[in-house]
Amino acid sequence: MSVTYIDAIREAQQDLLREDDRVFLYGQDIASFGGAFKATKGLADEFPGRVFDSPISEDAMIGLAVGAAIEGMRPIIEMQFADFSSVAFNQIVNQAATHFYRTGVPIPLTVRLPSGGTPGSGPFHSQSMEGIYAQYPGLVVVTPATVSDAYHMLVDSVKLDDPVLYCEHKFLYRWLKSKKIKGEHLPIGKARIARPGKHATVVTYSAMVHEAVRAADRLQADGWEIEVVDLRSVKPLDIDTVLASVARTGRLLALGEAFPWGGVTSEVVSRVTEEGFHLLDAPPQRLNSRDTPVPYHPKLWAAHRPTPESICESLRKLLSF
Amino acid sequence: MKAVARSELSGLLSRVPDTEQKPFIATPAVDGDFLRSAYRSMLSARILESKLSSLYKAGKIVGGVYLGKGQEAISGTLGTALIKGKDCFAPLIRDQAGRTAFGEPMLDCTRTYLGSVEGPMKGRDGNIHRGRPLEGMPAMISHLGAAVPVIAGMLFAKRMKGVLDGCVGATCVGDGATSTGAFHEGLNTAAVEKLPLVIVVANNQFAYSTPNNRQFACADLVERARGYGVGGFSVDGTDLLACASVVGEAVRKAREGGGPQMVVAHLLRLSGHGEHDDGAYVPDETRAGHYGRDCIDVGAQQLIAGGYASEEEIQTWRDELSEEVQKAVAQAQQEPVPDPYREDWSALSTKFPSNQS
Repeated sequence: MSVTYIDAIREAQQDLLREDDRVFLYGQDIASFGGAFKATKGLADEFPGRVFDSPISEDAMIGLAVGAAIEGMRPIIEMQFADFSSVAFNQIVNQAATHFYRTGVPIPLTVRLPSGGTPGSGPFHSQSMEGIYAQYPGLVVVTPATVSDAYHMLVDSVKLDDPVLYCEHKFLYRWLKSKKIKGEHLPIGKARIARPGKHATVVTYSAMVHEAVRAADRLQADGWEIEVVDLRSVKPLDIDTVLASVARTGRLLALGEAFPWGGVTSEVVSRVTEEGFHLLDAPPQRLNSRDTPVPYHPKLWAAHRPTPESICESLRKLLSF
Repeated sequence: MKAVARSELSGLLSRVPDTEQKPFIATPAVDGDFLRSAYRSMLSARILESKLSSLYKAGKIVGGVYLGKGQEAISGTLGTALIKGKDCFAPLIRDQAGRTAFGEPMLDCTRTYLGSVEGPMKGRDGNIHRGRPLEGMPAMISHLGAAVPVIAGMLFAKRMKGVLDGCVGATCVGDGATSTGAFHEGLNTAAVEKLPLVIVVANNQFAYSTPNNRQFACADLVERARGYGVGGFSVDGTDLLACASVVGEAVRKAREGGGPQMVVAHLLRLSGHGEHDDGAYVPDETRAGHYGRDCIDVGAQQLIAGGYASEEEIQTWRDELSEEVQKAVAQAQQEPVPDPYREDWSALSTKFPSNQS
């Protein structure tokens, strides 16, 4: 029997609720309805008084979680879509993120952000917010790409004493399956080699890991061996694993689904250039979505985000130097 | 004497008590000791803040200085009505009196303003952005209304932990903050959860320089209470006895399970927004009007007239508090300021390996 990425998210929350009385879930439509994506299905019945429907008040949802965390609880907040966390931006970046530095009191809250695009979701149900949150001191930002990471990184996020933005990719919810979700896993802050190679490195995260692997498989026919690094957490960013890969390949493509100005891919290119300039045999490349809102129509959407085709194109350019 | 014509509100606001002519009636919770204690916190705040203003003008304080001048009665009575170690309280920028009454050591204030590394914020944040979250007093951020859901969350957690019975959480905002989404979302959430939240709105008539008529369109902000489904009270914020009665009643109702209570205090800020601001936008007739009177003077008269304290006693308090202020300032001034070379430049409590950042 196989489990999906969203099964893993649900199971992680179930295990956390079972093991730790301080954990509670708070979000829109997450109690008896089980959440817009069913990530909390059945949990309100199994854990009475610990899974709550919130009003449509993203600011107050995070504010409430900060207050509860001060009181020693470990809230998990479900944003119905990552896009709506913009309403809670102030509470996330100013209240939660500054709290430990200002007062010495950590804020152990986890915000689940259903992120990224799916066909037909349009401009306000498709965004990737990780780069924006990673910009702010005081936040941990994780971007699981596998079923096992979806489980373990959520468990680990809730166990951290700091605020965590847990960016779960909606495209992976039901498409990504695995036989086994629990077992050995890397800690938050460590990247992994998703696919070994020697001619170029793709540094990416979340759903783009799978697109990068597809692109790498295609280029294999031409004799290219492409290494794919899955960052797993974008903040902290495991620059050692990235630099070690670039040292092997001499070439870097930073790939992400977020908007192109700034963000995670810029950070990766910037750090590799700064710390590993001597390792590079070619100018580092970046590939992101286009610099427009995420379009609704599936044909436009598919051309807005990086695809195996556009990744192959970027890699061919990178390999041509 | 009141800013709002009662007739406009009658029938609409069944839960707004008429505070206009209400005599002060001592209750077990709000008695002579309460008044004395509240007044002492008011005096303490006034004397302390007057010193802070001088220090600012002498260039000894970097950044802003924000005074609660004219708001001490509403703030001090709220702080006095709360129980330290049990309740929680998120003060705002004009709540020195409430902080003092809630038990904040004076040194927390002087150390934070003067940047002492011994203070609760260690120079990482300044002036009124200070607190002791684990002792029930969160440290405010500058974004107005943002503490409303935080206090609601503290109460929510207390309920989950089974320790909410008899607890109250209080927070203060100004008229300006009532225009924010955070205020609305937070108060609505508290109302949905029926949390024992007391929200005090100090309507000091100007949000920085913006007058009430550019801030909201209802006759009295307390009208909003009905819309939120919470208790509503309107009070003359320059009147110590009225504040004690009304705040005492609001806190009692919340403590006894009556859900959130909103108290709107009508008053006038008797200083600029901060000490950098002379408040020239406040019309002379407003200053000369009823709310231009000083609650410190009114309170003293009320204590003396009611036999709660004598003039000599109040003078003794002034002398004692002045000495306390001198000591708290002197101590903070002698303490080390933060050293950037020894600062732990880490915004996370989790220590990730140094190659991961």
